[in-house]
Amino acid sequence: MKMAQSSEVPAPIADDIGPHAPEGAHAVPRRILLTVYFALLVFTAITWAVSRVDLGQGNIWIALGVAFIKATIVALYFMHLRWDSPFNGIVLIAAFFFVALFIGISLLDTRTYRPNLKPTPDSVISP
Amino acid sequence: MSSASQTDLPLAAPHGDHAHGDHAHGDHDPHLAHHFDTPEQQMTSAKLGMWVFLGTEVLMFGGLFCAYSINRHNHPEVFAFAAESYLNVFWGTLNTLILISSSLTMAWGVRAAQLNQKRLLVVCLILTLLGAAGFMVIKSIEYTAKWDEHVWVGKWNQYNADYKGSEPEAPGPALNAPPTPVMTPAASPATPSDANAGQDVSMIKPRYGGPSGLAAPTAHPNESIRESSLNERVRVERYRSLSDSEQWHVSAFFSCYFLMTGLHGLHVLIGMGVITWLLIRAIKGEFSAEYFTPVDLVGLYWHLVDIIWIFLYPLLYLIH
Repeated sequence: MKMAQSSEVPAPIADDIGPHAPEGAHAVPRRILLTVYFALLVFTAITWAVSRVDLGQGNIWIALGVAFIKATIVALYFMHLRWDSPFNGIVLIAAFFFVALFIGISLLDTRTYRPNLKPTPDSVISP
Repeated sequence: MSSASQTDLPLAAPHGDHAHGDHAHGDHDPHLAHHFDTPEQQMTSAKLGMWVFLGTEVLMFGGLFCAYSINRHNHPEVFAFAAESYLNVFWGTLNTLILISSSLTMAWGVRAAQLNQKRLLVVCLILTLLGAAGFMVIKSIEYTAKWDEHVWVGKWNQYNADYKGSEPEAPGPALNAPPTPVMTPAASPATPSDANAGQDVSMIKPRYGGPSGLAAPTAHPNESIRESSLNERVRVERYRSLSDSEQWHVSAFFSCYFLMTGLHGLHVLIGMGVITWLLIRAIKGEFSAEYFTPVDLVGLYWHLVDIIWIFLYPLLYLIH
């Protein structure tokens, strides 16, 4: 099966799925599975390599960016989202969105109060 | 496609969740529950339900990621110290590769089920199961090493304020010892009684944990499997360079580490359970191009476990 480069969802090809498969079922072509696997390995290597270089604040953002790319291709191809009902994808995106909101606002909060924080008093530290 | 076109399914005994009892189903697809019109509707409903569940999983892990973010944001040096001192990048990377590979075999298994390749499905499920088992083996090697290095959870963590000292049989100096002068030759492993001696007379506030003294080379008899690449002297120096309140936060890293990898590991174990269940059913030949929804859903779950690890790997192992 030829993967179209366009963003259009390719229709399931007849010989790719069983004759009696439920409509909407779509067997991911071998080539795509292997390509995604290879891409995941490459991105893992990239994450590891970048972590060996000190980029200051850049490290965490690159690491997160690469992780997001890896998660996206896993979701799109291994998890069929590319061929699925968009609603399933929306559920996942919504969950990630709310986690991002949760973490983002919590970080904003802790940043706001950070200047007021006092070092942990010895009375707490010492038994 | 109508369910009527599926009367000639080459399926063995009907099974599943709806009662087959004695009332005749006629031309009914044995896998189609009564409250669904078509197999497609049933499958898409099941998938949506699975996705909603996966969404709640993401939210559950989100809480831990939030705790991680705040702790790391406020104490970046602490996280760098703890991760570089105690986490082994090799094991983490190897586990990443294993989990990605098992995701591939799982995806391939779904494909095999959809294409009616029943033997290939069994092979794929076995490979996936092996990957999961390999992951857990490595995880247990790592956890064991953490135990040996006294950086477990709670009071079993030498950096914790409540650290209760090492187990009697554990080798090495009592890391919670009161502030023995740093240069004291502590080479002889301190006994637990040493650790308690003088606690009530010292005017200097007790050291609540952390590598103490420079005697640590004796602390880890199995030095060859020591987790970190930092040698003990560098580790102690870095620890001393942290401020008091930062030193107090080192155990927070381990709380994050064990909660996140522990919950993830629990998911891997559950995954192994459901994949085994799939494997048994696949060996019985219960899945086919007409009916593969359980394979599909377990696949989705397994890929989510993979995605979570994809985030855990750089966040825990690649800090510096």
